[in-house]
Amino acid sequence: MNVFLLIIQDVAVIAVVAAIIWSILRFCRSERWQRALRRFYGDWLGVAMLVVISIYFVVGISDLVRLPVKDPSGRFVSLLDVCFRDVAVEKNFSAPLAHTTYSLNGAEPLKGRHLFGTDQLGKDVLKQTMKGCSTAMLIGTLTSLIYIPIGIILGIVAGYYKGWVDDVIQYVYSVIASIPGILLLIALLMVLGKGVLQISFVLGITGWIGLCRLLRGETLKQSERVYCEAARALGQSNINIIFRHILPNVMHLVLISFILGFSGIVLTESVLSYLGVGMPIGTPSWGVMIDSARMELSRDPMVWWNIGAATGALFFLVISLNLLGDSLRRAFDPKAA
Amino acid sequence: MFSYIIRRILYSVPILFGVIVITFVLFYVVHPPHSVALQMLGPKAKPEAIQNWLHNRGYDKPMFINTQAGRSLFDSQLCHHIKSLALFDLGKSLKTNEPIIDMFKRGAIPSLCITVPAFFLGITMAILAALFLVFVRESLLDVTGTILCVVSMSIPPMVYVIFGQWLFATQWSYFPAFGFIPGGFSMARFLALPICIMAFAGIGSDIRMYRAIFLEEARSDYVRTAYAKGLSARRVLLVHVFKNGMISLITLVVASLPLLIMGSLIIEDFFGIPGLGNLMINATRSADFTVIMAEVYVGSLLFLFGLLLTDICYAIADPRIRLK
Repeated sequence: MNVFLLIIQDVAVIAVVAAIIWSILRFCRSERWQRALRRFYGDWLGVAMLVVISIYFVVGISDLVRLPVKDPSGRFVSLLDVCFRDVAVEKNFSAPLAHTTYSLNGAEPLKGRHLFGTDQLGKDVLKQTMKGCSTAMLIGTLTSLIYIPIGIILGIVAGYYKGWVDDVIQYVYSVIASIPGILLLIALLMVLGKGVLQISFVLGITGWIGLCRLLRGETLKQSERVYCEAARALGQSNINIIFRHILPNVMHLVLISFILGFSGIVLTESVLSYLGVGMPIGTPSWGVMIDSARMELSRDPMVWWNIGAATGALFFLVISLNLLGDSLRRAFDPKAA
Repeated sequence: MFSYIIRRILYSVPILFGVIVITFVLFYVVHPPHSVALQMLGPKAKPEAIQNWLHNRGYDKPMFINTQAGRSLFDSQLCHHIKSLALFDLGKSLKTNEPIIDMFKRGAIPSLCITVPAFFLGITMAILAALFLVFVRESLLDVTGTILCVVSMSIPPMVYVIFGQWLFATQWSYFPAFGFIPGGFSMARFLALPICIMAFAGIGSDIRMYRAIFLEEARSDYVRTAYAKGLSARRVLLVHVFKNGMISLITLVVASLPLLIMGSLIIEDFFGIPGLGNLMINATRSADFTVIMAEVYVGSLLFLFGLLLTDICYAIADPRIRLK
């Protein structure tokens, strides 16, 4: 990989993040979102969760943005690698913050101290866990970029045009929904192979159904409302009504599905990697870490820090997303909660 | 009622057709039999050997429509695929050459031995917890309980399994850690731990869902009438709300009953129980594509059957639906 590609990749990462933040801020200007935001700021749990998720995002992006400096193995280093450049690689497992390790040769001093210990290959677990962040964020974002546009377009089109268009779209999602989720994911990944792009594609093309159903139902309701009738009476085109009038009124549902869907994607990715069809072994993914650590609890002495760090990182990300999604839902629709 | 059921069955035929076409596209077009043959016979296999392998399985026929002279138009891979699946002929395993239907019959019993008790244990616990949360609604206990549900939903499913096995089998030695002996008391000893873990792992989202159902019932008018009559809160909840909530709950739950046959991927793999979930995992490890395809097909068949059961339940609960 040369420096030119590297710069393109960095710019792409930053551009995507900026685009997501910009589009959320754009919708925040509307009256309804302003009111919801005021309610959201009063909910300390939701705000705290937003802070936690932002930390995860910063860590994830710091590993995705690479610098034009090569490490000894010839790969470009990321910002995260630079932060961890002084961390030594040990020979084998070592407990958190241990000074010495014991092997057949007796006691040996460790090269450095590790907050979360080291894994079987002697790598620092804290660094591995933080690198897993970038994989989770990358897959979550790529998948959302695939499934959200499909869900929005098909859902609104089905709900707005009704008739045979609705029938065709309903048929397509009934077929996909009738294959049990995890079996379909495994089958698709067996055929397409392992990797970040494959997982994102597979989760994306199977994940739009929930959003599509939700938006179809909401659009059916909205298109009967008086403001749509008024727009039609004024002679506005269907495309115009969909993008100017209906889309802004259902966008909060998209935001909530994005947040809650993100937690589902991260969890599914780890399950798939654990089952051996997701990320390849050796890549920094929490699912792979849990998979390779599944027998380490039964060792003597017990190795708990590897699985503990991966599970903890996964758990705090998923629960923050779930609680944030719930509190956003309460903010947008206080009557339902 | 009879005509309603017939109509519902006919409605699922085109969906089943769509599923068959999707599996065909996946396993014949995206991942053609030729590459399966290369995987099975090794990269150095002779072209004749590959040709022979393909011919023996009928994979050398044209993909969609047979245009060769003197052959039937439908003598193609797609038509054979549709025909064999419609007749419930699932083919043979690529690895062991055993008919897949036999493997399914062998695996269904161990899978059901775990999933059925786990399902009923889980649902009972979830209903009791949900009723309790509705009983103490809008109190601190309710908020804590709901947050605990989110906590339990956010723990990755494999962590329950790994931690449960380590705690109860390795650390405390209450149960055997691994294996399966069919029949009798020994089987119960092996299955107790996986059943409990499976019942417990999915409980968070269930409690939340059932709580929402019961809460909606608790806000309806007949509940206010019952209170106005002077009934106690406990009686209103356990008799009126529970009964009416159960109608929507059962119709919801019945959809997942047929899928219990498919077993559980993570638990069966981790505890070494030879069910259908284990079969799927082994098939992915050995790249046994015919078994994976059969699992996908049978899974969607069972799912559609579950939808049918749901609709029948709705029709029994609300007779107006039958006439629509």
